[in-house]
Amino acid sequence: MKLKHGAVITEPGNSENYETGGWRTFKPVVDASKCTGCGICWMFCPEPAIKKGKPPVYNYKYCKGCGICANECPVKAITMKGRDEK
Amino acid sequence: MKNMSEIELFAPGHRACAGCGCSLSIRHALKALGKDVIVSEATGCMEVTSSPYPETAWRVPWIHVAFENAAAVASGVSRALKALGKTNVKSVALAGDGGTADIGMQALSGAMERGEDMLYICYDNEAYMNTGIQRSGATPFGAWTTTTPVGKVKRGEDRPKKDVPAIMIAHGSPYVATASIAYPVDFEKKIKKAASIKGPTYVHVQAPCVPGWRIEGNKTIEVARLAVLTGAWVLYEAEGGKINVTFKPANRRPVAEYLKSQGRYRHLSEQDIAAIQKVVDEQCKKFGID
Amino acid sequence: MKQVMDGNEAAALAAKLARVKVISAYPITPQTTVVEKLADYVSNGDLDAEFIKVESEHSAMSACIGAAATGVRTFTATSSQGLMLMSEMLYAAAGLRLPIVMTNANRSLSAPLSIWCDQQDSMAVRDSGWIQFYCENNQEILDTTLQAFKISQELLLPVMVCYDGYILSHTVEPVDCPEQTEVDAFLPKHNYPYSLDPEKPVSMGAVGVPEYYMEFRYLLQKAVRNSKSKIIEVDREFKKRFGRGYGIMEKYHSDDAEVIMLTMGSLSSSAKDLVDLLRKRGEKVGLVKLKSFRPFPNEEIVSALSHAKAVAVLEKDISLGHAGGLYLDTAASFVNIEHTPLMINFICGLGGRDVTSSQLEQAVREAKNAAETGKVGERVRWLGLQEKLVEEASG
Repeated sequence: MKLKHGAVITEPGNSENYETGGWRTFKPVVDASKCTGCGICWMFCPEPAIKKGKPPVYNYKYCKGCGICANECPVKAITMKGRDEK
Repeated sequence: MKNMSEIELFAPGHRACAGCGCSLSIRHALKALGKDVIVSEATGCMEVTSSPYPETAWRVPWIHVAFENAAAVASGVSRALKALGKTNVKSVALAGDGGTADIGMQALSGAMERGEDMLYICYDNEAYMNTGIQRSGATPFGAWTTTTPVGKVKRGEDRPKKDVPAIMIAHGSPYVATASIAYPVDFEKKIKKAASIKGPTYVHVQAPCVPGWRIEGNKTIEVARLAVLTGAWVLYEAEGGKINVTFKPANRRPVAEYLKSQGRYRHLSEQDIAAIQKVVDEQCKKFGID
Repeated sequence: MKQVMDGNEAAALAAKLARVKVISAYPITPQTTVVEKLADYVSNGDLDAEFIKVESEHSAMSACIGAAATGVRTFTATSSQGLMLMSEMLYAAAGLRLPIVMTNANRSLSAPLSIWCDQQDSMAVRDSGWIQFYCENNQEILDTTLQAFKISQELLLPVMVCYDGYILSHTVEPVDCPEQTEVDAFLPKHNYPYSLDPEKPVSMGAVGVPEYYMEFRYLLQKAVRNSKSKIIEVDREFKKRFGRGYGIMEKYHSDDAEVIMLTMGSLSSSAKDLVDLLRKRGEKVGLVKLKSFRPFPNEEIVSALSHAKAVAVLEKDISLGHAGGLYLDTAASFVNIEHTPLMINFICGLGGRDVTSSQLEQAVREAKNAAETGKVGERVRWLGLQEKLVEEASG
């Protein structure tokens, strides 16, 4: 890695080299049968670690397990594994 | 939401807390703005978590200089773009409530007064969160922070929240808007509008902070929504100074629901809550919410 | 073409000839007329530039940083309190390796308030990473500022051109002004390699984590230290094109001198007059005028002063609690050097106090006395001080 003048970074979005998925305690899992493909989970993911779809596709390399997706899903199709299971 | 861009100009791998409201606001702002921007950001949560050398979460040109000067740097960028004839690129200033309401107020006021062609976005988590939850001018009345702690003699913030959007309207900004990350479609619409108008335009988005507001990481959106549904945070836009409320909650909920959802208000007595309700009621009356 | 103008006009003219694109400045005495002249140029269409009428000097440098980062030639000017207010940004500009040129009309520092000349302001920011030049007259201001644009652009380092407030800023002198075409041939089109551009997004101003910060600091120090060769090269080219060169220092009858005065700025002119007078009397006195204070040319200073018996370092500043900055850097250059002259630091001209020829003569006399006796005594002395007032105040 070559240090550039004034600490400028010339690779946009290379934060992807750091996998924040390691932060996770609880893992969101989608029940595809319940999913309506509304996209609300994708819309509210702060990373983002979700790709829009029916069902959405999680990028677990970055998912921090915040649980917003599970909390906001209108049909409760997402459960936080390790916390929400009965 | 169908028209919301799927391009991510804010990359994952950034070091924001799990459930961070502010990083979500950056993500949506960039979706609305597109790639033809230059972002000048102030020191703060979103700057520090997005640029630990040698990594950056930014997929648009971005510069950070200091805490108090986002608006001044963005002014320089804007004028340089003009000198270069790059009319399709927008200069965007980005700062938290600290870098806007307090230390950044002078540079912002100067840029506003000069009529710089830029968009200023303030992401408001209502305290200096990056340095560990100290109060800012935007900290609401009653909130616990580390510099307005709850003790025997003093109990939380004793000053009302500084009304920065009103200050921007008073500067004659052609477009000023408030937004919430719980209403991202509304937020993106306002960003798009603000960016399309020859500046200086201003958008102020409220974004809860998980550790700072003492909430669970999965409750960020729920709490932000409650702020709007109780009338504690009003969503409006002001074009040429004329205010238009963009969301009026039907059956406005009591503010206690919003306050009780956060640990930073846990110490409030019934009288405190009633006093806050009174202020919220006056605010809603002023905006014609009910 | 020769015109008469004051130092501020010379600075403004240089910026105009350099075809700066963004000017971001705030008025402060005695820099004010630089800003006014530039506003005139822009208003009349004589200079095609954006003039940002910022609301403070801190914002002035911040906007310069934004503009320089976006890839345009940028300029500002200030003095004293303004320089202090923007000092945070000076360090940022250097750390970001941005090509910015600034002229500073040297003015004293508050408190108590003083609008008059001394060099405490620029001396206070010598650590910032900016290249720092000191000018002796208005011609030098014009020439040095033009050179500064080339140096800053080619090295990616900000450059500060200093000149005495009032003594130069407000004093009219004849100045040979180059033609626009000549300057265009000398100054290449502005180019900044990492310009903020959506077509090639970069991030500037990242968090310098402990794993890398020190290396960036080392690289910046290396860049400022090594800038000396570029400074000399640009000055040589300037001399070839315009017939005037200054080097990083000027030696005036110092090669065989037993007592040498060391000065920066307009004081050098007064010192030269004294050297002429004393030489007529047969005294072996000389002057070294230092132009480039940062980078500090240790080797050249040692080589110019080493043979002397005594050196009188005359400066209009003081690092409170120790001594003058020029003296400290000069003395430090002589550590571990075999032939070290005796050195006395003379603090003079603070807050606009006139530095008279009799004060300069006193300095030379005291240096001579040290040379003859081999003893220095008081290392830091003040010239032109009202002794009675300070005695009464202290007693």
